[in-house]
Amino acid sequence: MKIINMNWFASAAVLGAALLSGCDIPPQETVQRGYRGTGMEAVYSPEVLQALVDANQVPAAIPAVSSEGPRAADVYENVQVLGDLSVAEFTRLMASITQWVSPEQGCNYCHVAGEGFAADTLYTKKVSRVMIQMTQNANQNWGAHVGGAGVNCYTCHRGNNVPQYVWNIGVPPRHASGMVHQMQNVAHQESNAYASLPFDPFTRYLLEDNAARVAGDTPLPTGHEASIESTEYVYSLMMHYSDALGVNCTHCHNTRAFAAWDQSNSERVKAWHGQQMVKEMNNAYINPTNQWLPAYRQGALGDAQKVNCATCHQGAYQPLLGANMIADYPSLSRLAPAAEPAEAMGEGMEMESANLDNGSMSGEAH
Amino acid sequence: MSMLTFEKKYRVRGGTLLGGDLFDFWIGPFWVGFFGVTTLFFASLGTGLLVYGAAMGPTWNIWQINIAPPDLSYGLGLAPLMEGGLWQIITICATLAFASWAMRQVEISRKLGMGLHIPFAFSFAILAYVTLVIVRPVLLGAWGHGFPYGILSHLDWVSNVGYQFLHFHYNPAHMIAVTFFFTTAMALSMHGSLILMATDPREGETVKTGEHENTFFRDDIGYSIGALGIHRLGVFVAISAAFWSAVCIVISGPFWTRGWPEWWNWWLELPVWY
Repeated sequence: MKIINMNWFASAAVLGAALLSGCDIPPQETVQRGYRGTGMEAVYSPEVLQALVDANQVPAAIPAVSSEGPRAADVYENVQVLGDLSVAEFTRLMASITQWVSPEQGCNYCHVAGEGFAADTLYTKKVSRVMIQMTQNANQNWGAHVGGAGVNCYTCHRGNNVPQYVWNIGVPPRHASGMVHQMQNVAHQESNAYASLPFDPFTRYLLEDNAARVAGDTPLPTGHEASIESTEYVYSLMMHYSDALGVNCTHCHNTRAFAAWDQSNSERVKAWHGQQMVKEMNNAYINPTNQWLPAYRQGALGDAQKVNCATCHQGAYQPLLGANMIADYPSLSRLAPAAEPAEAMGEGMEMESANLDNGSMSGEAH
Repeated sequence: MSMLTFEKKYRVRGGTLLGGDLFDFWIGPFWVGFFGVTTLFFASLGTGLLVYGAAMGPTWNIWQINIAPPDLSYGLGLAPLMEGGLWQIITICATLAFASWAMRQVEISRKLGMGLHIPFAFSFAILAYVTLVIVRPVLLGAWGHGFPYGILSHLDWVSNVGYQFLHFHYNPAHMIAVTFFFTTAMALSMHGSLILMATDPREGETVKTGEHENTFFRDDIGYSIGALGIHRLGVFVAISAAFWSAVCIVISGPFWTRGWPEWWNWWLELPVWY
C-alpha cells in the first residue's frame, strides 16, 4: 500500500513539474497587429524571444574582394553558373558556401580531393549548382516575398549540409491493413503545430498547384464549395505558416473574415507570394535534383527533401530577423547571365521551369 | 405597486453594511440601500458613456457600435477619451456597478438572516469579467488587451484572441469550462423537468412528492442526489463554469504564449513513453 502511495506521489510530482515547466511566466512581450481592441496581437515570452535572437545571428562576411581581373569561367573549367565572377569573388563565394553548408567537411563535401575542382563526381556539387540558381532566382524574381533582405545559402543551411527544416511527401503511419489512413490525428507532428489536423499539408499546397482557399467570400452559401477535408488541409498549412514564423493567425488575418484581403495585414500578401515561390522552388529546382540524390537523402517514397516556410524562417517572422543576406554577395542577388547551357541539370528541370514561370502562378490570384 | 399583506413582515430595518439607516428603505418593490445607490450611479454613468461613445462613433447600428480599449502603446496608463479613455472609464463603472450589486445582495441576505450563497455565486460572474478586462490586461501590461464593448466587436475580439493561440479548443481550462457550461445546462434542464413532472401533473393525476422525485432517478440511474443535493450540485457546476472560463483566458498570454496544441507536448514527452 505504501509503495502505491509513493508511486502516486511521484506521479503527481512529475505531473506538476511538467505542468509548471510548460508555463511561460509573465510579463510577456506583446505586439499590436491591428486596430485597437480587435485582439490582433502577438504575444511572446521574453525567454523564447531571446533564444530566437541568439539563434538568428548572421556570421560575419568574408571581406569583399576585387571584381577586376580574369573571369572564373576563363580560369577554371566547368563553371556553369558563376563564371562571370572575378576569380577573387568566385573563390570568396566558394569559401563562404563552405562556411555556410559544410563547415566540418570543408571543400571535400562537394569536391573530391585529387580529382580537381572541375569534376561533377559528387551529387552534392551538382545539387549546390542548382541551389545557387534557386537562390539567385528567389532574389531576382521573388522580391514580393524576399524583397529587402534577400536570401543566401545561410538563410536555410545555418552550417548544416541539409537545412534543418525540410519535408518529404507524407506516408501514413502503421495502421490496420486494408484500411485507408486519413493522414491526420497523429500526435506530435510539428508540421501542423501539434494539432490533430492532416500532417502533410505540404504536398497539396507547396508542391501540387492548388490554391489554399476554402473560405467562402459571401455571408450566405452561394455555390462556393470546399470539403471539410480540404478545409482541414488548409488549416494545417496555416498552422505550419504560424509555427514556422513564430507568429499566430492574426499576423496576417483578422479572423472575423479570413478570406477578406481588405481586412488582412499586408503580410498575408507576402505569404501568398511565398507559397508560390516555394512551389516553384520545389518543382523547378529541388525535384530535378532527385535524379542524383542517394537514398539516404530521400524520403520514404523516394522523393527529394523539399522546402517549406520553416526552411528559411526557422521560427522567426523574417528569416534571421530581417538581416540583409545579399548585400555582401551581389552574385547571389540575380540570375547569372546565360552561360553555356547547364547540361548536368537535366531536361526535366527546364520543362518544369517553363511550366512554373511567374505568369502562370499569378493567374490564381483573385 | 401593491404589497401583499405578509410582505410587511419581511420589510424590516437592519442588516446594512454601509450607510446605516440612511438608504434603508424601499422604492416600490426594490430595496435601495447604500449599494443600490452606487449601483444606480455607476450603471447609469457607464451606460451613458456607452451611448456617448456611440454618438461620437461612426454608426448607430446596434450591432456595429464599438467602444474599443486603448492601443497597447498606452500600457497601463490613461488614454485620451476618444482613443480608449472612454473604455477605461466604462470599465471602472461596470466593475463598480457589478460589485455594488453583489454587495447589495449581501445586505439583503443579512437583512433576511440568510446565507450569502447568491452574492457568492454572482461573484464568479464578476470574477470572469474582471479577469478579462483588468487582471489579464494588468498581467500583460496594457489595458489594450481588454475586450471591446460592442455586440459584434467583442465577438471579433474573441475570435482573434482564440486564434492568437492557433487553436483555442486545445486550451485545457477552456475544455473544462465548456464541459461545465454544458453540464450546467443539462443539470438545470433535468432538475427543471423533474420538478415539473412532480408538481405539474396532468389532468386527473395528483401532485407527487419528493419520494417520487428520488425514485425516478433511483430507477433511472441508480442514485438520487436529493432535494438539497441537486441545488448544491447546481451551484457547483454553474460557478465552476464561470471560474474555469476565467482561468482559461488568464492563462492565455500571461502564462502561455504559443499555440495551445503545443502545450499538450508535456504529456507526449513524459519520460514514461517518450
